[in-house]
Amino acid sequence: MDNLLSITTFIPAIAAAILALFLRGDDEAAQRNAKWVAMAATAMTFLVSLFILFGFDRENTDFQFVEERTWIMGFTYKMGIDGISILFVMLTTFLMPIVIASCWTVNTRVKEYMIAFLLLETLMLGVFMALDLVLFYLFFEAGLIPMFLIIGIWGGANRIYASFKFFLYTFLGSVLMLVAMVGMYSAAGTTDIPSLMGFPFGTDTFSILGIQIIGGMQTLLWLAFFASFAVKMPMWPVHTWLPDAHVQAPTAGSVVLAAILLKMGGYGFLRFSLPMFPVGSEVMGSLVLWMSAIAIVYTSLVALVQEDMKKLIAYSSVAHMGFVTMGIFTFNQQGLDGAIFQMLSHGFISGALFLCVGVIYDRMHTREIDAYGGLVNRMPAYALIFMFFTMANVGLPGTSGFVGEFLTLMAVFQVNTWVAAVATTGVIFSAAYALWLYRRVVMGDLIKESLKSITDMTARERWIFAPLVIMTLLLGIYPSLVTDIIGPSVAALVDQVETAQAAFTPSAASVASH
Amino acid sequence: MLSQDLNTILPEIILSLFAMGAMLGAVYTVKDKAATLLVWITSGLFVALAFWIGTAGEGTTTAFSGMFVDDAFSRFAKVTILLTAAAVLIMSQEYMAKRDLLRFEYPILIALSVVGMMMMVSAGDLMSLYMGLELQSLALYVVASLRRDSVKSTEAGLKYFVLGALSSGLLLYGASLTYGFAGTTAFTGIIEATSDGVSLGLLFGLVFMSAGFAFKVSAAPFHMWTPDVYEGSPTPVTAFFATAPKVAAMGLFARVMHDAFGNSISDWQQIVAFLSVVSMFLGAIAAIGQTDIKRLMAYSSIAHMGFALMGLASGTAFGVQAMLVYLAIYVAMNIGTFAFILSMQKDGVPVTNIASLNMYSKREPVKALAMLILLFSLAGVPPMLGFFGKFYVLQAAYEAGLAWLAVAGVVASVIGAFYYLRVVFFMYFGAQQDEELDRSASPVLWGFLVASAAVMILGVVNLFGIEPLAEAASLALVN
Repeated sequence: MDNLLSITTFIPAIAAAILALFLRGDDEAAQRNAKWVAMAATAMTFLVSLFILFGFDRENTDFQFVEERTWIMGFTYKMGIDGISILFVMLTTFLMPIVIASCWTVNTRVKEYMIAFLLLETLMLGVFMALDLVLFYLFFEAGLIPMFLIIGIWGGANRIYASFKFFLYTFLGSVLMLVAMVGMYSAAGTTDIPSLMGFPFGTDTFSILGIQIIGGMQTLLWLAFFASFAVKMPMWPVHTWLPDAHVQAPTAGSVVLAAILLKMGGYGFLRFSLPMFPVGSEVMGSLVLWMSAIAIVYTSLVALVQEDMKKLIAYSSVAHMGFVTMGIFTFNQQGLDGAIFQMLSHGFISGALFLCVGVIYDRMHTREIDAYGGLVNRMPAYALIFMFFTMANVGLPGTSGFVGEFLTLMAVFQVNTWVAAVATTGVIFSAAYALWLYRRVVMGDLIKESLKSITDMTARERWIFAPLVIMTLLLGIYPSLVTDIIGPSVAALVDQVETAQAAFTPSAASVASH
Repeated sequence: MLSQDLNTILPEIILSLFAMGAMLGAVYTVKDKAATLLVWITSGLFVALAFWIGTAGEGTTTAFSGMFVDDAFSRFAKVTILLTAAAVLIMSQEYMAKRDLLRFEYPILIALSVVGMMMMVSAGDLMSLYMGLELQSLALYVVASLRRDSVKSTEAGLKYFVLGALSSGLLLYGASLTYGFAGTTAFTGIIEATSDGVSLGLLFGLVFMSAGFAFKVSAAPFHMWTPDVYEGSPTPVTAFFATAPKVAAMGLFARVMHDAFGNSISDWQQIVAFLSVVSMFLGAIAAIGQTDIKRLMAYSSIAHMGFALMGLASGTAFGVQAMLVYLAIYVAMNIGTFAFILSMQKDGVPVTNIASLNMYSKREPVKALAMLILLFSLAGVPPMLGFFGKFYVLQAAYEAGLAWLAVAGVVASVIGAFYYLRVVFFMYFGAQQDEELDRSASPVLWGFLVASAAVMILGVVNLFGIEPLAEAASLALVN
């Protein structure tokens, strides 16, 4: 199987093409067929991706399953995975069948909806597998198109504003990265990611318009990439597109957005910013740590006062992503392990939380917290599942949410105690907003007239949650499942970053010579 | 010697003779009844000539003591111009016939303007440059006012003529200054005269000529005619304006800058970079408020010319290559987009209001999808081809030390993305409306639209092999 990665990546795209070309009509039968084709394709992708997981050599820190073909303009079509990317690939293939299952009740323009999600899966997998700068950018950017359409066509009342904001915000971030990529291509003469990881981009201090740029070229390139990944993550203060996009997106769109698309930012930091610009990362590192700490506290406080359930979870996502950026920019093993762990765990938990909102939204067609209350009386199964994921979101030991937060906090404590202290208060706030949300929606007496006839979850809905519950528990109880896979690659990355940073001293001599 | 010269310029001679013969034949016989046939014959001839030029020998030959240059650069530009002109002619046939606009002069005038364009990209002397430019322009002035009973169309023609004459005057003034200070009109002579720096007089000549070229490529701040002429002209004519003449004018611009002023790149680099950055931003910002899709495309073409100029501004062979690739992709996108605009009609009357596209995707999913792909390509979003064009020019600018221009370009492209998304918004998210556009069933337009969209996607594989051709072309121009 020389091209296992390409096969995995393009199965959904092929299914989308089949749907687009051969499925006619918009009656009930056609809609059902579209859903089943999408389901079969995503399930098949997951099964094929299991071959990658089991064929993966954990001890090897190089890229594996590498495929390479020549392409245009000196670029290559190169795919490959290592310990850092493999679990993101698995996360994507694992979640997509769940996403498709969650939109079983959609009945407007079903064929197009399924095509959009299938194309999105191909593009997301491509992002995590691409080993060529331009190929990566291609997948990274192209993902905006289906997401733009998903929010704009199937979204809520204010979907137009949200979709435009989503597109233009992320587009602006990424075009700066594009210029940086052009610069890297010019400097290194290649767009091959493994070669670029070892390429020494200039670190000599110079000044632009009288501003001294410590770390020189690397810092500028780092900033350009940061613009893109920080928006994608999203980090405070460029997170404002996320609550809008989440609120207006349909449930399945929110799940993909929170569970997978946000991870592209963190993955980008690990794949590009750290190994390629270690000095730039060091120069800007403490700024990122503080931004993360502010993000954790600020967005947690904002989440406290939300009236809209989806918006609340969206802000909680921003806070949790703050732990990720904090972990990454500690540059040590626990921090990086914790960041990756947090991203994976957040993929399951936030996905599940958005699905929880979707369950009651399908019944009541409102996301207002005030419209609910006392659901436990009529929906015991729902109350249980919602509680489980609320606890996981808070970071209760035994769930996967705990491991990521603990590891990143421990890592940052070694690097910067003050940041750790501020960030830890965020953990308390997260308990506050999550539990308060749960109390207002689920607990209490059922007094609202409109809720008197609400029904509990159907079998389909319960089955959707089952794999998520299992994964959340499994990772919480036995985190080595993840850390064994990512460990060697992370250790290699930490080594490389440390060596490069140790070699750099922003001496007066290098300032004077420019 | 003369026979060899004539041999070099044979495609142009054939096309001119054809145009004149067709004119005489049609005037003395059936007149407009022959128009449809003439359209097909003319486009057939275009394609045949494109094939001939494309497969003709390699290397560089000059004719008429350097007045006319046939090299890889001119061949690349000519093939692009001829194929584009053929496509636009075929697209316009049905539209014009339906509205009683299809006069036999139309294909003949287009043929003459194409001769002018071929002269432009092959010019090796200020005289032949001006000859080609005016032949092209005069034919286009007439075509712009083809709809004789429409005030708007007449106005478009007149505006185009008056402003075009002004720009020709500027260009001629610059040319005369150049002649006066260099002592020759031949590009080979001018480049020798500038081998040890540009004198002040020559610099003035350069600036005035650049202004003239900027007008022809509709680069800001010489763009004012574009939206009005695009809006007023019949849509097929607009489609033509947006494609072939742009390639010719950019080709001419590049040729003069490199062949005649190749020794003084630093002198014109700032001018071209300025034109580029102003065009990109003006095209992006001014288009936001437009409600007419033809005006929108006018501003879009201004922005795109800004990007193409970015390639030229880098002043390197790679920059010219980037410009050529960009232009080829730009033309391919615009043919598809205008095929779509040509098919927009209600009760047989052409509609150009963007709001009329409300929920278009529900009624015509295939056409809407094709247009969606083209719009994202125009915005430069990967994986569409438009992105690779942008990558090319950005790389050229960056490597030439114009990183600020590259950054300005990408910022402008984000602003520009807004109005392309707006069209998508109407087609896909808009409100349901009662007055729907006709389901036009023109297979020709449908074919061009879908083919163009397919090109945008499939081109990702290898850009259809235009890279080595563009590279050879740029190396022929820049030594």
